Amino acid sequence: MVDVAFHPNSVATGSARKRSSLRTALKRKSTAAFLMTLPLILLVAVLVIYPAFYSLHLATLNKSMQRFVGLGNFAFLFKRETFWLVVKQSCIFAVSAVFFKALIGFIVAHFVHNVPAKGQRKWRGMLLVPWVIPPAMSTLAWLWLFDPSYSAFNYTLSYFGIGPIPWTGDAAWARFSVILVNVWFGAPFFMIMYLAALKSVPEQLYEAAAIDGANWRQRIWYITLPMMRNIIAITTLFSLIVTFANFDIVRILTAGGPLDHTHIFATWAFRLGIEGGDIPLGASVSLFMFPILAIAAIFILRDINKRGNEA
Amino acid sequence: MTSTVLIDKAAPTRKVKYGSMSRDRAWALRWSYFFLTLFAIFSLVPPIYMLITSLKSSAEISAATNPWWVFHPTLSNYIELLTSNQFLTFFRNSAFVSIFVVTITMLISVPAAFALSRMRFWGSATLATGVFLTYLIPDTLLFLPLFKMFVVFSNWTGIQLINRWYVLLILYPTLTVPFCTWIMIGYFASIPKELDEAAIIDGASWFQTLTRIFIPVALPGLIAATIFAFTVSWAQFLYPLVFITSTDQLVLPVGIITTLVKGDVFNWGQIMTGALLGAAPPLIIYAFLMDYYIAGLTAGATKG
Repeated sequence: MVDVAFHPNSVATGSARKRSSLRTALKRKSTAAFLMTLPLILLVAVLVIYPAFYSLHLATLNKSMQRFVGLGNFAFLFKRETFWLVVKQSCIFAVSAVFFKALIGFIVAHFVHNVPAKGQRKWRGMLLVPWVIPPAMSTLAWLWLFDPSYSAFNYTLSYFGIGPIPWTGDAAWARFSVILVNVWFGAPFFMIMYLAALKSVPEQLYEAAAIDGANWRQRIWYITLPMMRNIIAITTLFSLIVTFANFDIVRILTAGGPLDHTHIFATWAFRLGIEGGDIPLGASVSLFMFPILAIAAIFILRDINKRGNEA
Repeated sequence: MTSTVLIDKAAPTRKVKYGSMSRDRAWALRWSYFFLTLFAIFSLVPPIYMLITSLKSSAEISAATNPWWVFHPTLSNYIELLTSNQFLTFFRNSAFVSIFVVTITMLISVPAAFALSRMRFWGSATLATGVFLTYLIPDTLLFLPLFKMFVVFSNWTGIQLINRWYVLLILYPTLTVPFCTWIMIGYFASIPKELDEAAIIDGASWFQTLTRIFIPVALPGLIAATIFAFTVSWAQFLYPLVFITSTDQLVLPVGIITTLVKGDVFNWGQIMTGALLGAAPPLIIYAFLMDYYIAGLTAGATKG
């Protein structure tokens, strides 16, 4: 449709003016379009695609980056216990954090949706604050709340007779703390997404279900969840990627400690690559984030293609 | 929209007076408010605690009195930070970087989104999907190869990029441009084709169609993308931590952490003040432009 409208235009200007061939090429629609996307293509190619492949190359070099060692870095990693600890922790961290973010986001979205529309804005505004504050800043507040000697949480809990909790000092508690902070930071995103999805579910469906005598559990299971399936899937995938690649929260809260028991891929890659000066080893560690990315990419691509066909 | 739906839903119960149903609804509402209050407290505790601590003197903090209350409020932390050259340098660097990055992002992504959504050319559909996929490649995967690349680059050309604030102008667009392009493609695609056809018939060039039709019509999307680019570049933590070490070149998030934490001595009053001031610009933008902020958040998943 558009093409039909535009072609005569470009041909007319081209032939009427009789400019040089370069000028006519520039006037052509596809050339103009290509020039407009050129900065984007260059940026993505030079600063995203190339480094991604370059890290594959880096991972096969030795520490001084002079000698090719093949899969030596990986063989070295596989022999280290810390590596397997990091793999385990990354998976625990990502899966449990995303699960609780999705769960809390779902519940809170329902509550916000329940409230009269007048007040929804206010609640939404308050509940989204964790997502707005830069994570590096809010994690500092959490670090202070978790402080070993002045923890405000422990102060409050001591009134209930619960002894001082080593929030970041003990391995199990430290893992809990980083997951808690991540859930605090990420749940609002899910809440907003689910709220938008809930609003798009037609009210008639619920009315029909109510007439048929469905209780609230059946309404959620047979109407809300199927209607929101797409949003839930895509939000979870997104969050899984972001959480798997998280850096700020773990870095500031525990810096991987105590005894590497909260390191995840990103923080350990930073420790090895930048602080330890072994860039190839760090690059090999960060490459392990790649499988999850590939899986997510396949699912998202499928989703995009499906939507393209629907539209 | 929603308010009318809700009124419709409530209307029959009011007229017919189904005793049990309205009572159920009232209870459901009460429970909703109860849990919403709980969740709101959970969300707001850290920022409020930042504010409480920022108003305390170091003596009061170390006295271990009730941490949730300020007994002797003082603004000394704010005065000290806002008169310290170092902190103001961080703030200025952050502001410069964010504003430049927003400009660069918009200059790259708006024309690209226009071309990808309206001027079909060979490979444009693949490119649009590809742009979205690059958004999924996290910064934590790229920082090591990028660091090495920049070292090699300065060895070859003698241009020093590492440890200068402007290196962030090259790095941050990799985080902002793909997503902003994606949002703008969605917004541009929703503009009716008749509009730009009419413009072309009236003799407008491609550039005029973009500036006179697309940008004004898609202004909400543009604002949402701008807010996204700003918050991302303001909050980014990993790249400045890796690429910048000298304190006069640092940006706020890293600056607060590396300079206010001196060894094992945590000056918590000042750290919390700095964190609160660092969180202020995104919070202020959010307070005034919440709807655009949320539009930008949800656009990525719902527009595609």
